[in-house]
Amino acid sequence: MRIALAGQPNCGKSTIFNNIAGYKAITSNFPGTTVKYMETRTHVFGFTCDCVDLPGTYSLTAGDPAELEARRHLLSGDVDVILNVVDASLLIRSLELTLQFLELEVPMVLCLNMMDEAQRKGIQIDVKKLSDLLGIPVVPTIAITGKGLQELFVEVLKVYEAKRKGKTLKFSKDIEAIISDLGSVLHSEWPVNEKVPSRFLAIKLLEKDEFFIKEVRGVIHLFKEIEKFQEQLEQIHGVPSDEVISSERHALAMNLFERASTVIHPPKKDFRIVIDHWVMHKFFGYLILAGVFYGFFNFIFGIGGYIEEPLMTLFNEWIGDLEELFGKESLALFLSKGVLQGIAGGIAIVLPYLVPFLIGLSILEDIGYLPRVAFLMDIFMHRIGLHGKSIIPFILGYGCSVPAVMATRILEFPQHRFIVSILTTMIPCAARITIIFALVAFLISPNAALAIFALNILVVAIFGKILSLLFPYPEASLGLILEIPAYQLPPVRNTLKKSWYRIREFIVIAWPILIIGSVLLALLEYGGGEKYINWFLSPLTHALGLPFPVGTTLIFGLLRKELSLIMLTQALGTTQVLTVMTKTQIIVFTVFITFYIPCLATIAALWKEIGKKGALLTILFTLSVAILLALATRVFFGIVR
Amino acid sequence: MTLDQVYENRKAKVIDIKGGIGIRQRLGQMGIHPGDEITMLRYGALRGPILIEVHGSQVALGRGIASRIMVEETE
Repeated sequence: MRIALAGQPNCGKSTIFNNIAGYKAITSNFPGTTVKYMETRTHVFGFTCDCVDLPGTYSLTAGDPAELEARRHLLSGDVDVILNVVDASLLIRSLELTLQFLELEVPMVLCLNMMDEAQRKGIQIDVKKLSDLLGIPVVPTIAITGKGLQELFVEVLKVYEAKRKGKTLKFSKDIEAIISDLGSVLHSEWPVNEKVPSRFLAIKLLEKDEFFIKEVRGVIHLFKEIEKFQEQLEQIHGVPSDEVISSERHALAMNLFERASTVIHPPKKDFRIVIDHWVMHKFFGYLILAGVFYGFFNFIFGIGGYIEEPLMTLFNEWIGDLEELFGKESLALFLSKGVLQGIAGGIAIVLPYLVPFLIGLSILEDIGYLPRVAFLMDIFMHRIGLHGKSIIPFILGYGCSVPAVMATRILEFPQHRFIVSILTTMIPCAARITIIFALVAFLISPNAALAIFALNILVVAIFGKILSLLFPYPEASLGLILEIPAYQLPPVRNTLKKSWYRIREFIVIAWPILIIGSVLLALLEYGGGEKYINWFLSPLTHALGLPFPVGTTLIFGLLRKELSLIMLTQALGTTQVLTVMTKTQIIVFTVFITFYIPCLATIAALWKEIGKKGALLTILFTLSVAILLALATRVFFGIVR
Repeated sequence: MTLDQVYENRKAKVIDIKGGIGIRQRLGQMGIHPGDEITMLRYGALRGPILIEVHGSQVALGRGIASRIMVEETE
């Protein structure tokens, strides 16, 4: 049995998915978190079922790539049951999509999620009545607590066994007449595709759906015929045919809502509105934004610094012990030192900062603060020539560049995706943030670290402006249209699970690479090979005024950014970095690391999203930016001191 | 008048949406069609986006888009 979880953004699809799949999909209180669909195999009452978590779509009309992806999957014929998840507190809008799913003529179950939220708004829904009107089972749930999910899957199973399809809800008579006329024309003229019902196809063509129109355009006489139908509809109603259909569907949804639900009392006075009054305020909103990020910064640094110091001292003692044990210059010493330094790097340097960072980010995501940031920052994004929605990949970029690059799919124009993909790789990811914290904040001062973050934002803004002038995107590009979801207080367990999911990724993927890399460097040192790499990179390190042995760390940093940091201590032969590098050198090194070539995983993501040329261009671009900035930093401090 | 001219905390009814199919579809998905009632919640700083409520959900709209939504005040 193949189930597809489908619905509008932020209605809780991923929460339900995680509930059955264990923690696999990232959830957050932000429309559009799932851009790529996740799949899991699970067992429901003895049935093997493949469950797909589709990206949220507001409608089934061709929109951004994430929406197209969802639609392609639903039309592929690989779906036995559509599990339509809706936010019960936003029923009118959600039902419009439900009506479109019904047009697909696939067995379906409606999950009325967030029932608690609907109740708070005073909306009472007659589940039985709604089920009768739509002809499909309707199950009320509160996914965040798991309530109703058992019943939900019982219904999914029943629908699957009975192959029970929903009712086709009819539009007004004159419109239905045109749909059926066009349907029969398509039936005889169009290469039959039984996966796409002809009524659905007819409606989409009347809606001027870009994707289907493009397919038909080749068959000229058919295209002419379709245009005739569109004109017919326009003449009767006096508005464009797509508007006729969408208004009609809207009216149908309103009608369903009125028949199946009652508003029993006006929404209770919601303290969340008072919060929003301040959080989205013209002036105080920005103060709060600055405060939140400053607090976040101190939270990470406070915890990380507190843990890093004693752990590093401990590991240093152990490394000293190793020297006594194996004797200087022995292979055993180099190997064991490499391993220990790799382990130490993970425990003492990366995790102390990474864990609080990821937990903090999860909390901000889950309560729903990020869309408010998008609202506040929209105007500034426009000033640098970017779309307001670009803020989403940027914020995700502080976690990891790979999901950030994939999140550019929420942008509509390829030029736009291209620019934002390149820029987002320059945002320091968790690994680079760790480096900034462990080197600059820890060794120099927290304010110096803040200055690096500020410089980073400034540089991204400047290059945003330059790139958007170089690669202009169509004027037709729409401004911001973003849903601002209500604040949520998800159970602490969910937030911790999500953080753990991301931390585990470091532990199982990155950490082994760190240890292997560390051993490799130790071997290179033993055999004297690192000298060649350092020699090869000496023009760069020389120009930047960095110590000669730093060269190798830059190469290893391409695998994982954390490697540069861990190897720095190894290459320099001491963990007391300040004894061999000046503060200026540390800052220059950090600036370079922050901007230069993205790590391999990110390059792979770029390759996939914006192509080989785009990925290569990003490498050249970030490398030149990093060299220029690092040089400028060196010159700046040379003059100041 | 256009939506961006509505005062904060006033309600207005959508009469028409100026512009092509793209904007109509995007707004329709958010539950904004001719005939729908919108509450203006707040303006963003400078010429930043506006925040409205429609059918119980909050939506942020850029000023450019808001100026293409023709409305009449109802309250």
